Amino acid sequence: MKGININKEILDHYLVPKHIILNEKEKNELLQKLNISEQQLPKISINDPIVKLIGAKEGDVIKIIRKSHTAGESIYYRLVVKI
Amino acid sequence: MVSIIKKIEFKLISPQEAKKLAVMEVTKSDLYDNDGFPVEGGPMDPRLGVIDPGLKCRTCGLTMEGCLGHFGYIELVKPVIHVLYANYIYKLLKITCRKCSRIMTKKVTQPKKCPYCGEEQIPIKFEKPYTFIEGENILNPLQIRERFEKIPDEDLKDLKFLGGRPEWLILTLFLVPPVLVRPSITLETGERSEDDLTHKIVDILRINQRLKESIEIGAPDFIISDLWELLQYHVATFFDNSLVGIPTSRHRSGRPLKTLADRLRTKEGRFRHNLAGKRVNFAARTVISPDPFISIDEVGVPLVVAKDLTIPVYVTKNNIEFIKTLILNPSWPSANYIIRPDGRKKKITDENREEIAKEIAPGYIVHRHLQNGDIVLFNRQPSLHRVSMMAHRVRVTPWRTFTLNICTCPPYNADFDGDEMNLHVLQNEEARAEAALLMAVPKHIRSPRYGGPLIGAEHDHVSGLYSLTKDGTEVSRETALQLLFEIGVEVELPNKNKFTGKEIFSYLLPKDLNIEFKSKSGVKTVIKNGKLIEGVIDANAIGREKGKIIDILEKEYGTEEVHKFIDRVSKLGIKWLEKLGFTIGLDDFEIVSKENEEKINSIIENGKKEVEKLIEIYKKGELECLPGRTAKETVEVRIMQIVSGIINSVRKVIEDSGVFEKENCAIMIAKSGARGSLLHLIQIAGAVGQEQSLGERIHRGYTGRTLSHFKENDLSLDAHGFVGSSFKTGLKPYEFFFDAVSGRGSLMDKSLRTRHSGYLERRLMNALQDLKVEYDGTIRDNRKIIVQFNFGEDGIDPSKSNWGTIDIKSIVQKFVK
Ligand SMILES: [Mg+2]
Ligand SMILES: [Zn+2]
Ligand SMILES: [Zn+2]
Repeated sequence: MKGININKEILDHYLVPKHIILNEKEKNELLQKLNISEQQLPKISINDPIVKLIGAKEGDVIKIIRKSHTAGESIYYRLVVKI
Repeated sequence: MVSIIKKIEFKLISPQEAKKLAVMEVTKSDLYDNDGFPVEGGPMDPRLGVIDPGLKCRTCGLTMEGCLGHFGYIELVKPVIHVLYANYIYKLLKITCRKCSRIMTKKVTQPKKCPYCGEEQIPIKFEKPYTFIEGENILNPLQIRERFEKIPDEDLKDLKFLGGRPEWLILTLFLVPPVLVRPSITLETGERSEDDLTHKIVDILRINQRLKESIEIGAPDFIISDLWELLQYHVATFFDNSLVGIPTSRHRSGRPLKTLADRLRTKEGRFRHNLAGKRVNFAARTVISPDPFISIDEVGVPLVVAKDLTIPVYVTKNNIEFIKTLILNPSWPSANYIIRPDGRKKKITDENREEIAKEIAPGYIVHRHLQNGDIVLFNRQPSLHRVSMMAHRVRVTPWRTFTLNICTCPPYNADFDGDEMNLHVLQNEEARAEAALLMAVPKHIRSPRYGGPLIGAEHDHVSGLYSLTKDGTEVSRETALQLLFEIGVEVELPNKNKFTGKEIFSYLLPKDLNIEFKSKSGVKTVIKNGKLIEGVIDANAIGREKGKIIDILEKEYGTEEVHKFIDRVSKLGIKWLEKLGFTIGLDDFEIVSKENEEKINSIIENGKKEVEKLIEIYKKGELECLPGRTAKETVEVRIMQIVSGIINSVRKVIEDSGVFEKENCAIMIAKSGARGSLLHLIQIAGAVGQEQSLGERIHRGYTGRTLSHFKENDLSLDAHGFVGSSFKTGLKPYEFFFDAVSGRGSLMDKSLRTRHSGYLERRLMNALQDLKVEYDGTIRDNRKIIVQFNFGEDGIDPSKSNWGTIDIKSIVQKFVK
């Protein structure tokens, strides 16, 4: 993985949904709203190309806004983890 | 005594621990002596537990009920591989240095050189099930064990090899299971028949003994290694007798021995038979038949079944008189047995009826017969989705089959060609309440898959309603009264002598229903204030999947209203057809006049000529290819275009002749959407058209031709499955073959597809079975880890939706007027 340059243009690809890093306050609000610990969130690898591009660190929560067949737009959250 | 299990640990057992677990060493291979007593020190030694009632265990002193049995052990003369761990042994062997026994790497591949002592490593091969070859030489279990013994504990810790030492994977001590695990049975002749495991233990003991003797007398090496190999074989097949690469161990009769692994993983094994295959009481199974006159949420239960299946009733001072009358009744509805407050059961017989009726008091439980109106679960396999099992109300019948309303067939995917279904009687109030509220048929009219009606009017109901409600249908006052009475509508009819079909149908509708929609045949249908004003009722109004009225009633009037509507409308359709004498015959397909028949023939002839011209061009090599296609493909495409042109023209001829407006029974069936389509009518009366196989014209058969009726390389329509005859006039022999080809093709396709998709579905269900919609709308698994933040991303339950969505527009319109 090291030494491979990720093309920034993949962020603009139509199949790549928008990834946003939540700040500490937003993250805590989310965990509180769902009444869960962060380990109960779905995961995303720190080696994921998009995670690398947006510069998320381990323990960050990423908000993913994607297109949905049923709802038009849907929001998903993932915890950045090692491996 | 009840004890609580605090912890279960899975680990390897060491020879020392195994020895401690055992109560004796098993040394003799004989089971019984000449007097029939178990041999001391043999596999049936009484110290290993008791299996005969009355006797006491020699080890623990308990009887058969109390003694769980005790292990014995066999000291193996030479160690053997534990087959079930052979893979682990291989993995470990590859990364263990052959000289210093350090773990050389954590990777799976074998290193060339030891990083600790520098020893050159020799590639090790694994031959299933238990042979390890280093270079050219076979590594025997003793050598492997020696290497493993020398592995330092720290290296193992690094490797995360937990739960014991690796040398324990090579057995030096064989644990003999207690006799309770392998009980012998005494046959009627007095002969004893031993369990397969006992046979296997005897084999192990015999070979072990021979091996010992051979070593003692200094037998040649090859004899010793043969015996060692044999010992390995018997120990291996003791654990698993279906290993690949070695012969299965068999009885003298040739029957394979059932050893340990077979007790667990076969279909009759612990997992699939006992753990995954639960069996229940209070259930019945029989053939199903249709009854259109019972309600959609009823099930007809044969009297013999109703007398056998029971519901437990707690006797209270309120129901004691009722229960007494039941007990005193010599036939149905009666009761089968009582359970006294102390838990003792008593069967009710003709002799003790009165005695028991006097005996019962509050606190007793009486198992009464199944009665009309009881809630039961009804199910048909394969139970692929939730509507495969629904709650029905019982209706006891004098027949021998379960009966169900044909409108309830689609969710179960049932028909009456011999299908059987299961019935389960709920045994407590909570289960019955839950079933009645959540599983009842009317609660499942809207499909959880696509959000439209899954239950609706079927075949005859649709054609009946079409015939009744089409313009011009008029009935006398008597007929109107009779129809309405038969379907259970009680109304004062206005004082007139003629009623239209539309008026009669309108009595089934709620008084405030207003809708407008397009009927199947394209006519506008208008319902105003619960009255059918214009148009006709067909599949688009009351049919399954597309019925507008069913849809709207379910959505806006609730399950009770649709339930009532479906019951009545289906009865009305059938009763009307009974009055009408609705039937089809050959006459119904006399829809093509002589003149048009000739027209159709000439269309087909012209088409054939056109194809011939095309083939001529192709054979000359002058055909212009379509982009991306070869000439051969192009000619096929062009021929198919001509064929669809022919079929379209034939259809036009029939449609233009105006027969479909005249409406006989067959046409009515197709037009109302009850069954079949106009295309089918054309196939029957006009021409069948092109038969297809694998999405192409038919090409398979002999070399260069499909059938021996044709010359080789004949590309014409006739030679490749075009059927110009109609079903009514009859097919030519070769046409008949082509029809059979496509028929067989679709049959195979269907059966292969259902099997495939069935397995896919099963895997999906097993993977998703623990996922649950929580109260906050998130989907979580059994560890409460979120899988989806909103069910289906939009949070909509399809079975409570308008075809998967929420129809906000119509909801707003309803309230903002
Ligand atoms: Mg069937
Ligand atoms: Zn005992
Ligand atoms: Zn070494």
